[in-house]
Amino acid sequence: MTGTTKNGAHDVPLLEARGITKQFGTVTANDTVDLVVREGEIHALLGENGAGKSTLVKILYGILEPNAGNVLWRGEAIRLRAPADAQALGIGMVFQHFSLFEALTVAENITLALPRDTSTREVARKVRAISAEYGLPLDPDRHVYRLSVGERQRIEIVRCLMQNPRLIIMDEPTAVLTPQEADKLFETLIRLAGEGCSILYISHRLEEVKRICSTATVLRRGKVVAACDPRKETAASLARMMVGADIDDVKPPGEHAFGPVRLSVAGLSTTPEDPLGTALHDISFEVRGGEVLGIAGVAGNGQEELFEALSGIVPVRRPETMAIDGKPVGRAGINARRRMGAAFAPEERIGEAAVARFKLSENILLSGHETEGVVSGGFINARGARTLATEVIERFDVRVGGPDPEAGSLSGGNLQKFVVGREMRRAPGVVVLSQPTWGVDAGAAAVIRQALIDLAAQGSAVVVISQDLDEIFQIADSIAAISHGRLSAVYPANEMDMEKAGLLMGGVHASETGEAVDAA
Amino acid sequence: MRLELERRGEQSRVMTVLSPVIAIGLTLVAGAILFLLAGIHPAEGIYTYFISPVTTAYSAQEVLVKASPLILIALGLSLCFQANVWNIGAEGQYTLGAILGGWLALAFGNFSSPLVLPAVLVAGIAGGLLWAAIPALLKTVFRTNEILTSLMLTYVALLLLDYLVRGPLRDPAGFNFPESALFGPSAVLPTLASGGRLHLGVLFAFGLAIIMAFAMPTTLKGFQIRTIGQAPKAARFAGFGTNGMILFVFLVSGGLAGLAGISEVSGTIGQLLPVISPGYGFTAIIVAFLGRLNPIGIVFAGLIMSISFIGGEAAQIRLGLPIDVAKVFQGFLLFFILACDTLIYYRLRLLKPRAAT
Repeated sequence: MTGTTKNGAHDVPLLEARGITKQFGTVTANDTVDLVVREGEIHALLGENGAGKSTLVKILYGILEPNAGNVLWRGEAIRLRAPADAQALGIGMVFQHFSLFEALTVAENITLALPRDTSTREVARKVRAISAEYGLPLDPDRHVYRLSVGERQRIEIVRCLMQNPRLIIMDEPTAVLTPQEADKLFETLIRLAGEGCSILYISHRLEEVKRICSTATVLRRGKVVAACDPRKETAASLARMMVGADIDDVKPPGEHAFGPVRLSVAGLSTTPEDPLGTALHDISFEVRGGEVLGIAGVAGNGQEELFEALSGIVPVRRPETMAIDGKPVGRAGINARRRMGAAFAPEERIGEAAVARFKLSENILLSGHETEGVVSGGFINARGARTLATEVIERFDVRVGGPDPEAGSLSGGNLQKFVVGREMRRAPGVVVLSQPTWGVDAGAAAVIRQALIDLAAQGSAVVVISQDLDEIFQIADSIAAISHGRLSAVYPANEMDMEKAGLLMGGVHASETGEAVDAA
Repeated sequence: MRLELERRGEQSRVMTVLSPVIAIGLTLVAGAILFLLAGIHPAEGIYTYFISPVTTAYSAQEVLVKASPLILIALGLSLCFQANVWNIGAEGQYTLGAILGGWLALAFGNFSSPLVLPAVLVAGIAGGLLWAAIPALLKTVFRTNEILTSLMLTYVALLLLDYLVRGPLRDPAGFNFPESALFGPSAVLPTLASGGRLHLGVLFAFGLAIIMAFAMPTTLKGFQIRTIGQAPKAARFAGFGTNGMILFVFLVSGGLAGLAGISEVSGTIGQLLPVISPGYGFTAIIVAFLGRLNPIGIVFAGLIMSISFIGGEAAQIRLGLPIDVAKVFQGFLLFFILACDTLIYYRLRLLKPRAAT
């Protein structure tokens, strides 16, 4: 049967996907997926990483073509060969990773995506109008590199709105926002929905889905497993639908006293090599044995530079700026710090923490060539490295396709378990991790977080740099926030709440939020 | 119906080996078409180019002699390319090796000592190494693009050689011909069999290929080189000093090109001439890729390239084709090898049209 009426008849949905199947080689990313989006609703698309959400929306936006199934727009079958087809119908998309030119202004970036004869000045005028109308503050003449991630997202939203869309697809829009910025976004979305624009909202944050979405479709391993009204569900019941099982709660650390200071940073300031990078200003903190310090912050506020300085990837000039177990290490490189018992896990899984085309045993060598005894006299002990890889695979339940596969063949969550597990293996005294569970499924995230808590319980100092406030509240003993390259004071976790953390992430510092309590 | 490239989960081991074979096949097909257009029977053309060079003992020796500089240079270049360092100037490093080594050989004159030859070889290696150090330092210190600097330095080196053999190094007893005196007997690479053309340089090439085939997968150095090429940020995270590695691969490849240069003038030519290479330094780039940047692969690729050089000469004589046709073949081959490499990471699938609904 096909719907024949058009325009707004209530029983004809705005967009309908029927039996969408998409295969990549042997992997079926979407398996006969059905989806119905009605006019003016905020529709959540829920699922773990790798559940097939991104594939589905890429099909709906014309980036991918399905192997089977079809898409109906107001009841009529359509074929989306390219994003231009989708845009012509009134489908807009705000991507998770923005495609913006940092050296151009807001208006110039938007003009680039429009037909060639559009004038930048005209665009700037429209941007002002839209940003005023929807309460999305955005200066069209500012250069993108000066903008926060939240502002950059606004560019994408405004770019979308300029095309008068009927349906906006948003891929994890709050992943990069502070709680306060997210609140503003929700207002805008609710207002748009009120005007009849539908929103397909991809997220794995259940609380916000419950808050703004009226319908949810849940994907698991490429299949639709449930369609529900999220407002009538609990976060736990939604999570069960997504994962298909109860997720083990991370066991909170038992009461334990903190030991001596194992990592101290005093007056760390840097000038970035990259002109678009963030300078660090006078960062000081201490982490004691047994303590997990969570450093919250919105991406691009100096986290990368902080990780590079803490790890010794970019050493600093004064040795006494940083100390591991009391020994100054400011000038020491990453391998010297590893030899002193420190371990590091950078944010980028592929390309930094691991090399996609290297086997897991070779990836063991990346961080372990100095400390794991797998290299002697310049020769690699391949068997030893394989043994270590197997050990990490077993201990952290890394799901692999073969005995020693290439890193690139692992799913994000499994690779991250390997990357973190590789560092945990030798029980480092100090460990610094950046976004340890970013883009990782809930099951893997729980394993990783538990490993960090357990490591701290053994007397190690753990620093977790994370954008994910839930994660920080789950595992940290003390919390600080980084904003524009400055670190707030460190607060004990039990004195923190979401709102306070959000303010610190937004750069509102101690004097305005109450007295600074150094976690003593 | 349409074709679609589909990403593979892991790189295909079969295709890693098969891709050069397919590329060679396609080159032969393209060559056959070329011969047809030129009015030559394709079978005869291909026989002359690729089969005739290995049919006599003399030309088979010649194939080995021409292959060895290609192999030596390509081995060095394979290190650079694996580390994502684009040394395009091996021809210049080869030339400088020949100049410095040749200059020392001429300075020794007829002085006889078993140490003369090693000294000449070391000078040759040093010449190539120093010439490579220029773009290497420009890259590590000033972030200059090494493709441009190494390539431009090649022409400086070629003109320098030209100047030297017409000026300071010209043979005073040479009737003003632009060439140096012949090297003394103790500065000449010994031949492997009396009367043959094979000299010690051939052994250098093959021996080094074997050493590298063993060392690259088993040493930390080899691992570092691959890491830098695959993921520079991962190399930083591993604490492999990037600048040091760039210098290392540049200097090694320059040194090997220099060794190839001095081996050629000391083993094959016996003196310095204005032109001492049919473009070995550039052809070696193709050899390196055709050989999958793998030492054993490079040996085979060097032999194939060398055959096409000799075949080109044969074709010039027998078929009246210009010598540059050999270069056209080399171009074909590089083009096809790069295209076929796609198959290592992607598989080709024929898609049936979707059933209309």
